[in-house]
Amino acid sequence: MRKLATASLIAALGLAAPVFAQLEITITSGVTDPIPIAVVPFERAVPADGGIDVAAIIQRDLESSGRFKAMARTDMLSRPTTASAIDVLAWKQQRNDYVVVGRLTAGASGSVTVEADLVNVLTGQPLPLGKKWTAGPGKLRNAAHKAADAVFEAIIGVRGAFATQIAYVSVDGQPPNQRYQLIVADADGEGPTVILERNRPIMSPAWSPDGAMLAYVSFESKSSAVYVQNVRTGQRSRVSARAGINGAPTWSPDGKKLALTLSGSGGNLDVYLLDLASQQLRRLTDDPGIDTEASFSPDGSTIYFTSDRSGNPQIYRLTLNSSDRPKRVTFTGAYNARPRVSPDGKQLAVLTLEDGGYRIGVQDLGNGTLQVLTKGRQDESPSFAPNGAMVILAGRQGGRGVLQTVSIDGQTSLRLNADAGEVREPVWGPYLP
Amino acid sequence: MKRFLSTAVLFASFALLAGCPSKPEVKPEPPPESTANTSGADNSGATAEDTDAAGPSGELLSKRVVYFDFDKAEIRADSQSVVAAHAAFLAKNPNQKVRLEGHADERGSREYNIGLGERRGQTVRRAMLLQGVAEAQLTTVSYGEERPAVAGSDEQAYAANRRVEIVYLK
Repeated sequence: MRKLATASLIAALGLAAPVFAQLEITITSGVTDPIPIAVVPFERAVPADGGIDVAAIIQRDLESSGRFKAMARTDMLSRPTTASAIDVLAWKQQRNDYVVVGRLTAGASGSVTVEADLVNVLTGQPLPLGKKWTAGPGKLRNAAHKAADAVFEAIIGVRGAFATQIAYVSVDGQPPNQRYQLIVADADGEGPTVILERNRPIMSPAWSPDGAMLAYVSFESKSSAVYVQNVRTGQRSRVSARAGINGAPTWSPDGKKLALTLSGSGGNLDVYLLDLASQQLRRLTDDPGIDTEASFSPDGSTIYFTSDRSGNPQIYRLTLNSSDRPKRVTFTGAYNARPRVSPDGKQLAVLTLEDGGYRIGVQDLGNGTLQVLTKGRQDESPSFAPNGAMVILAGRQGGRGVLQTVSIDGQTSLRLNADAGEVREPVWGPYLP
Repeated sequence: MKRFLSTAVLFASFALLAGCPSKPEVKPEPPPESTANTSGADNSGATAEDTDAAGPSGELLSKRVVYFDFDKAEIRADSQSVVAAHAAFLAKNPNQKVRLEGHADERGSREYNIGLGERRGQTVRRAMLLQGVAEAQLTTVSYGEERPAVAGSDEQAYAANRRVEIVYLK
C-alpha cells in the first residue's frame, strides 16, 4: 500500500520511479542493400549540451530503421562540421552515399540549437533539411531525433518517426503476485518513465491524438475501469467504472470521445462511444457476441472492431451516423482481432492466426489482401507509427514478452529487448508539436 | 488471497450447459462517479464489502476453480459437481456473496480474451442462478489473460489458466 502510494506520487510529480525493464534495440532484419551514410560528430556546445552526442543519436536512429548502414567513426579521415568543409570525393571514395554534419550552439537560459547539413556525396549536392532545432534544457535528445526525422525524410521520402514516444506495459514477478507498470519512453526506448504502478493488471494503453494523455484499463479496484491520465502532470480521471467490463479504450481523432467496450452486469460486450466532456454514452454495436477493440478511421466517420458474431473473431466495419449494419472486412483465416487503422486510413493492422501462430498482418482496405509481417507464435498488439511506415508490436522471445517493430513491407524489423521482466502492449504515440 | 490450483484434469468432456444461452438485454448504466479527479494517489483497495474470505470447506466446496476447454465457455462434466456444490451452499446461505473471476489462456488478443473470461464467468453465474442462487450473491469480473494462475506457454499452463475462480467474500 505504502509503496504504491509513493509510486503514484512519484508518477504524479512526473518523476521517474524505478523501471522494471530498460529497453535495448537489436536489428533483427534490414533491407538487403542498406544506404551507406556517414554521420560525423557535431561541433559541440560545451557545457550546455550536457555531453549528449547528437550525431550518435542520429546515427542510431537511422541504423535502427534497417535502411541505413553507418560508417564507423574510427574510419573517418576528417571531421567537418559544415557542408562546405566536406571533401565530397574523399567521402565518396570511402563508399558513402550521404554525409551528415552539424553544429550545436548554446542559446539563452540553457537552450541548445542543432543545425545539420546533409550532402549527397555521389552528386555533390546538399539536400536541404529546411530548419534548425532548438531544445530547452533536457530536451536535446528530442532535437537530435527531430534532426534524424528530417534526414530520413530527405533521403527516403517519408518523414521519420524517431522524435516520438511509445507507451507500454511492463510486468514483473511470478503469477499470481505480479506487479504492473505503465511506462512512457522515447521511440528508441530511452528515457523510460513510469506513469503508473499497480499490483493488479494494467492494460490497453491508448494515446490521445495530441500525445498529451493516455487512456488505459486498470483493475486496481478489483474490477476493470477506464482511466485517462495526463502523461506529464500525472493527473488522472476515472472515466468509466460501470458494472461489468470497462475495456479497450481508443480516442476519436478529435480527442473529444473515447470508444470503449462495456458489458454491463449481463456480460455482453459491445462497443460504446463516451463523450469525455458530457459523459454522454452512446451504444455503437448490439450483438450477443463479443464486440470489442474499436479503432477509428482518421476522419472519425468509421470504426473497425473485433467481433465473434460469426463464430470466431473477425474484423467488422461500422459507419457511424448511419443505420447500416456492421460489415465484415476480414476473410483470411479463422482468427483476426485487434484492428488498428493506419494514419492514412488505407490499411488495417491486425492480429491474425496463420499456420498455428498468432502473427501481425496488414490488410489493404482497398483490395482486401492481407500481408503477414511477422513469423512469431504469439505476436500481438500491433500499433502504427505516426508515419504509417512501421508497426510496433509485442512478441515473445525465450518465454518473455518483448517489443518489436516491423516495416509494413515486412523488410526491416528490430527488437526492443527488456533487460528484466516482461514488456507488452506497446502503443506508438503521435508526432508532437 | 488464497488460490487453489488443483491439477487440471485433461480428458475429453461433453458440456451439459451447451450452446450460448440468450443474454439479457444490457442497458448502459448511468455515468458512474464520473470525472472525479483521482490524481494517481488513490489505490482503491479492498472495501469491507469485497474482502476475500476463507469460505466453506468440504471435498467439493474446497475446490474453487472451474476449468474450461480451449476457446470454450461451457462447464465441463468434471466440473459440474463443483459448481453444483457451491450453488447449493450459496442457496442455503443467502447472505454469502461470491465473486466469479473469469480467465483465459495467453493466446490471442488481450481484450478479446477479456471477453472470453467474462463469458466463462457468466456461464458459471447462470448455472448457479439456475440452481437457486440469488443474483445479488454473484458478481463477475474478467481478467482475461492478465492474471495467469501459472506461468508458461505450453498446453499444461494454458489448461490451468482457462478457468473461473470462485472467490468467497466477507
